[in-house]
Formats: sequence, C-alpha cells, structure tokens
Amino acid sequence: MYLRSPARASTVLSPMLIGAGALALLASALIAFIFFVVLGEAMAALGEIGLWRFLTDASWHPSSGEFNLLPMVAGTGLVAAGAMVLAMPLGLIAAVFVTFYAPSPVATAYLRLIELFAGIPSVLYGLWGLVVLVPIIADLAAPGSSLLAASLVLALMVLPTIALIATMSVRSVPLERIQAARALGFTKASTMVKIVIPSARKGLAVAAILGAGRAVGETMAVMMVAGNIVQVPESIFEPVRTLSANIALEIAYAMDVHRSALFVSALVMIAFVVLATALLEFVTNKQAMPDVHPD
Amino acid sequence: MRRERRSFLLLAGGFAVSMGVAWPASAGERLVITGSSTIAPLVTEMAKRYEKIHPGVRIDVQTGGSHRGLNDARRGLAEIGMVSRALKEDEHDVTSFVLAYDGVTMIVHQDSQIEELTKEQIVGIYTGRIQNWSQVGGPDKDIVVINKAEGRSTLESFVEYFGIKTKDIKADVVVGDNEQGIKAIAGSPYSIGYVSIGNGEYDVGKGVPIKLLPLEGIPANRQTVAAQQFPIVRPLNLVVANNKEPSARVADFIAFATSDDVRDIVESFYYVSPQPGQSEHGS
Amino acid sequence: MSTLTSAANPSRGLRWDAWAIVLWIGAGLIMAAFLWVLLDLLGRGLGQISWSFITEAPENAGRAGGIGPILVSTLLILMVCLAIAVPLAVGVAVFLSELLPHRSRLRRIVQISLDALAAVPSVVFGLFGNAFFCIQLGLGFSILSGGLTLACMVLPLLIRTTESSIRAVPQRYRLAATALGMTRSRVILRLVVPLAVPGIVVGTLLALGRAMAETVALVFTSGYVDRMPGSLLDSGRSLSIHVFDLAMNVPGGDANAYGAGVVLIFALLVINGAVLCLAKTWKARSGMAITAAT
Repeated sequence: MYLRSPARASTVLSPMLIGAGALALLASALIAFIFFVVLGEAMAALGEIGLWRFLTDASWHPSSGEFNLLPMVAGTGLVAAGAMVLAMPLGLIAAVFVTFYAPSPVATAYLRLIELFAGIPSVLYGLWGLVVLVPIIADLAAPGSSLLAASLVLALMVLPTIALIATMSVRSVPLERIQAARALGFTKASTMVKIVIPSARKGLAVAAILGAGRAVGETMAVMMVAGNIVQVPESIFEPVRTLSANIALEIAYAMDVHRSALFVSALVMIAFVVLATALLEFVTNKQAMPDVHPD
Repeated sequence: MRRERRSFLLLAGGFAVSMGVAWPASAGERLVITGSSTIAPLVTEMAKRYEKIHPGVRIDVQTGGSHRGLNDARRGLAEIGMVSRALKEDEHDVTSFVLAYDGVTMIVHQDSQIEELTKEQIVGIYTGRIQNWSQVGGPDKDIVVINKAEGRSTLESFVEYFGIKTKDIKADVVVGDNEQGIKAIAGSPYSIGYVSIGNGEYDVGKGVPIKLLPLEGIPANRQTVAAQQFPIVRPLNLVVANNKEPSARVADFIAFATSDDVRDIVESFYYVSPQPGQSEHGS
Repeated sequence: MSTLTSAANPSRGLRWDAWAIVLWIGAGLIMAAFLWVLLDLLGRGLGQISWSFITEAPENAGRAGGIGPILVSTLLILMVCLAIAVPLAVGVAVFLSELLPHRSRLRRIVQISLDALAAVPSVVFGLFGNAFFCIQLGLGFSILSGGLTLACMVLPLLIRTTESSIRAVPQRYRLAATALGMTRSRVILRLVVPLAVPGIVVGTLLALGRAMAETVALVFTSGYVDRMPGSLLDSGRSLSIHVFDLAMNVPGGDANAYGAGVVLIFALLVINGAVLCLAKTWKARSGMAITAAT
C-alpha cells in the first residue's frame, strides 16, 4: 500500500529482502515442519496398529495392545464443551458490562484485572482446582476429580481471553447503530439483544473458536483435576481423561509403539487446530475483525 | 525513543553475556541415569554425594519408569538405567546391580477404619465387584480406587501378585508416581491405593496422613522386607547394557552406589540395604 | 474508549432495569471467582516467601529449602527462547509489513500458517521439541531444548505484535526519508525498526509472560532436574514445573508449591505492569493502542 514507489524496483533483490523473506518462509514452514516431525514419530504406530484400531479397539491399554483413542476424544470434547457453555455467556456478560453499564473507571479497572487473570499460568488454576475445588466437589460426589472439576477450572482459564475479545468486538459496534436504536425507542436491554450482540457476532465467534482451541489444548490444569480415567463419563461427577492429559501422563514412560501412539493423538490435536484455523479464516474473512492497526 | 532503544540494546546485551557465561561450563564428565521414579530420588541423593567426592563429574537423573530405564540403557541414551523390579529371564542383554530392596503394599487414609484386607477383597475392589467400604467392614461410603498409569513397575508388581489383568482394573483415579498416589490418598478419606513401602514409610514419617496395610497378615515395613517375609518384595536395580564395556566412571559409580558408603542414604529412604553386616536399627 | 462508554450509555444512572442488575451481579460473580483463586494463592503462599526461599536450593524433594536453582533455570530458558525468537520475529515482521505488498497472496499464506502455529496446543510443541530437539538433534533434556521449543511457541505472538508496531510507524516518515535519498533498506534499519522498538519490547514482554506460564512443553524438553544448571545443556526445572511437581507428586509439598506460585504471579505482575506502562507511553506518542490480550 505504501512505497509503491520507484524505490521498490531497485530493492527487489536486495540482501535484506532475501534474508527477511527466508526468515518468513522459515517461520511459516514451522507449522508444516512440526506436523511432519510428529507424523514421522507417529508412523510406526500407524503402520503397526493401523488407523482403524485407534477407533475400534476395546479401550486404551497400551501395555495390553489396546489403542482406542475415542474415549479420550470424547473426554476432550466434553471437558471443552462444558468449559465453553460456562465461559461464553459469562464472557459476554463481562463484555456488555464494561462497555455499556460500568462507569468508566470501574470498566478500566475491571479490564485490567481480567488482563491480569489472562496471564496467570494454567498450573496455578490447576493448583487452586486441586486444593480448593476438588475437595468441595468430592463432598457432593466422590472422587471429586471429575468432568465437572475440569470444566470449571477450564472455564475460569478461558474466560479472560473470551471476555477481552468479546469486549473488543462489542465496542466496535458502530455507535450510530446503537443511537439509532435508542432513538427508535428500543430499551437498553433490547438494544443489547437485538442490535449489539448480533452486530458483534463475528467477533464473538472468534472469541468462541479461540477459547475452544485453548480449552482443547490445555494439559496441566486438566490433568490435575480430571481424574484421568479413560472412559466416556456417564455423569459430570465422573472422571475423564483428555487427549493432552494422556500424552503428559504417559509419554515419559512410553516406549516404541506406545510412544508412537501418543504422537498419533498429537496428530489428532493438530488436525483439530487446522480445522479451527480454517474456521477462523472463514469467519474473519467474511467481515474483517475490528482491526486495531491502521491500514 | 533513544532511551527505549538503549534499554533494548541493554536487554540484548544481557542475553549475550548470560549465554556466554552459561556456555563454556558444559565441559566435564557427565553420567545420565534414567528410569524408575521409585529409585530416582534415592539415586539423586547418591549422585549428590558422589559429585562432592569427585568434583567435575555431573550426574543427571531423569525419571521415566523402569521400562524406559531398561531401554535407554540398551540404546545408549543413558549410561545407567534404573529398574525397580527383578530382571525377566529374557532380559539377559543387561546386567543388574541391586541398590536396595523394597516392598509394595496397599495404603488407605490414616482415618480409615480398615486395618487389613484379604487378597480376595483387594481383587474385588480393583475389579469393581466391591464398590462400598461396608462390604469389607467399613463405613457406608463408596470406595475411591486409585490406580497407577501404564508403564509403572509398581503396577506390574501389583497385578502380578494379585493375578489381575491391567485392563480389568476399574479405577476412579489414575496417578503417575508413587508420591502422587500417596498424595491422592492423603487427600481423600475413602480411597485405597498401592505404593512402594519405602515411599509410604518415608511419608508416614513426615506426618502424611496415610496408613500402610499388612498383606497376608504380615505388616508392611522394612523389617519384613529385609527378612524377605513380605509377599511383594522387589529389588531396586541399576542396569547397564552388556553390548558395550561400561566406562571406568560408570563402574566406579555403581561400585559406590552399591557400597556401604551409601547405606545411610538407602536407610533414610526407608529401603533395605543389600549390604549384610551392620544390624538393622529399626526406628 | 471512555467517550464511547459514556456516549453509548446516555441513560447511565437514570434507569436500573433488570438487565443492569443481572449484569452487575454477573460481572461481580466473575470477579469474585477470580479473586477467590488469586487470594487463595496469595493467602497460602505469601507466608512462604523469604530471602532464603528465593535463594536456597530445594531440599527433600522441594518440601523444604527454596527455589534458587529453579529461578536460574527459568531465567536461562526464557533467555534462550527470546534470544532466538525476537530476532527471527523482527525479520519476519519487517518482511511482512515493509517488503511485501499488503494484499499479496504470499503474505496471506504466511499469516494463515502463523495463525495455525499460534493455535497449536503446547502439549504438541512439547512432543515436537522432545522428538526433534532432544532426540534428533541430540540436545537431550536441556535448557537449550526447552528454550528452543518455547521460541517456536511464542514466535507467532511476537511476529504479530512486532508487525503491528512496524505498521504503526507513520507513513509520512518513510516518505520523508525516501525523499531525502535514503535507500529502502536504510529506511527500514535506521528509521522504521528503531521507531518500532517500544512495540517490540511490549511484544517481547508478552511473549515472556506466555513462556513463563508454560508447563507442559517444558516437562518433555527441559526436564525435571532441580539442581543449579552448569550449562545450557543441563536439564533445568522451570518455576511452573516446580509448582506442578510439588502440587501433584510430593505429599506435603503444597506449602512450597504455593510459595513458588506466588513468586510466579509476582513476576507476571511485574511483566504486566511493564507492558501497561510501555503501551501507554507508546500510545501517547503515536496515537496507537496495542492490546495486551493474546
């Protein structure tokens, strides 16, 4: 857009262009490289066990030669879904609160605190879950380490991210649209529901995708509170094991095919990431996200 | 702007200096020891003492389970492996050296009313036939069954003695290392698990609220392990691969680690030293 | 933002409809939950903090003693990470924002692949780092492996913040410099990048926060050894791994887990504060805002 100038032609093949271009290629090839390294490690299991058995074996017992990943895929999905069901409405509430209801100093302080909580390491949320939350749930229904505990801890962890992105998109709803609605006699509440939230829906979708991505990938905090039993839970009080917790729990002890099988579960996670990124591209492409940078 | 630029340069310079400081020290002799998480803390202490006697030698101890210790030693990824079980008959490509003996027993929370369980009861609990403490003489509470993750040799010792299959175990919580299992039981009054007797006694000594259960009427402690009376006793081994001659340093460390010089370390971990001679001083 | 808030909120203080009550309560509950976590950590951990806790080596599996060697390992890991990632990120950002046409297809491809990289879960970075740096490159469990793995992880974040700060450099500066006869590479090296330094520093701090919070990617790469590292090829335990290990694996380790947790929070507070200050001064100068939310 700028410097589409005579200077351009003379510098097309400058060392700087070549150097920086090489770096850019390197950086963008990194994702592919990671994929191929993981694939390379997974090949042994894919060859020996075959893709099909990862879906059809009785369960996950690598030492007995059983490699079904589905219970853990289900565990991952349920934990993440539970977290999103809690975190999305709360994130939206926080966004609408700071944008339209809180007095300005309160809103600023609120956002600063949320930013702080976004930075707190997941292991500390896990520590809180392990020491405070799990015993409380254990009083309701043993063993306490459960789908519910994992979802609650994850919800807290992704809430700051969701709240901050939601705030950005709610704030970017054109003021005229809101004023017009108010002038037309919409109440504040129906302005919110009928104008603001629909206008911000792309940004909210981005918040949801990023939040879900984080929830699916989170390892340590989940491993600390989920109980780590390989099963499809029948209630929210039952323990589950997620794909990422499975890797963290077993990789140090896994050899040969078992180790390779864990890389297969990493491939599953990469596949999910590619899907989520494609979805994100689809959402943001249709209507650009509120861009903080000038063009 | 200039100030910011200077602080940036300062930051970059700081990196360069600290990396320069950190680099050259990588010389010196290094031993890598990997394997059983039961043995790792013990060997770590031995290694600290050895490093004091032999400055310039650095011994890195990494946990990863007995299986990994064995494989790393075979492949040369580690000079020495740690294996917390007896070698199997087909494992004659490695040589083992016994550091200590240890047992495996059941543990419950300190406040549990249970004082002993029979073999059948334990099998019942771990296979899901018995789900409530009242079925074995306890309160009307669900049993929280704690199991170890695959690949741990404590799990292998456990299933071998009780004759159950790993995949038949119906657990409520799966833990990794011994200490994690102990922690889980200390934090959950109606749970049951199994653990290295050494680790268990060590933590009871530290005031951790757990209770070691006897097995077949034999109390779980160092004395019964030393006398080889306890039903589940296993050696804690260092292993080296046979396919290449171990270096002088490796041989020296193994000689040190199996000598009387480290008896006090072995005993401080509540394991039983293989060295005969001095009498057991029970505490 | 304050103008938007008040303008969009003309009836503030006049009407307390049901929604207002719901939102105040909801927002209050969210904050209460976070403060519960934070105050719980501070309440249990502050008592552990002392000079000897910061400087001494852990003893008895971390139940006693301090976190001295762990702080050193953490710092070394972070330095390796930034020493690799920052120059790389600046190079890529210069390419994306200064040398490529804004709407080029290549630029789009690079950005999409960086977005995908940013979304890869840290456990996958851990596996990758373990397989590639530790085993294939033979670096073993080491501070170097851990730092390199983290560098891959924070790269997209760094590129993004650097790129946006380079793009925020006003166009008229470039035009003026070009008019004065400076070559393009001189414009970039002498003008654009130096002007973008505050933004790069902010991005670096954000990456630092992210790297410091990381646990799982380091468990597989820098390892568990809690001794004072002697070189970058030694295994070193990071602060967050220490918290995890004490909390999960060591009976009676909770007190020191909280102590180490408070140190971690304090370090993040310092980083957050620095980000806020720098972003503010930068915003005041160039009229640009960058968000700390990533």
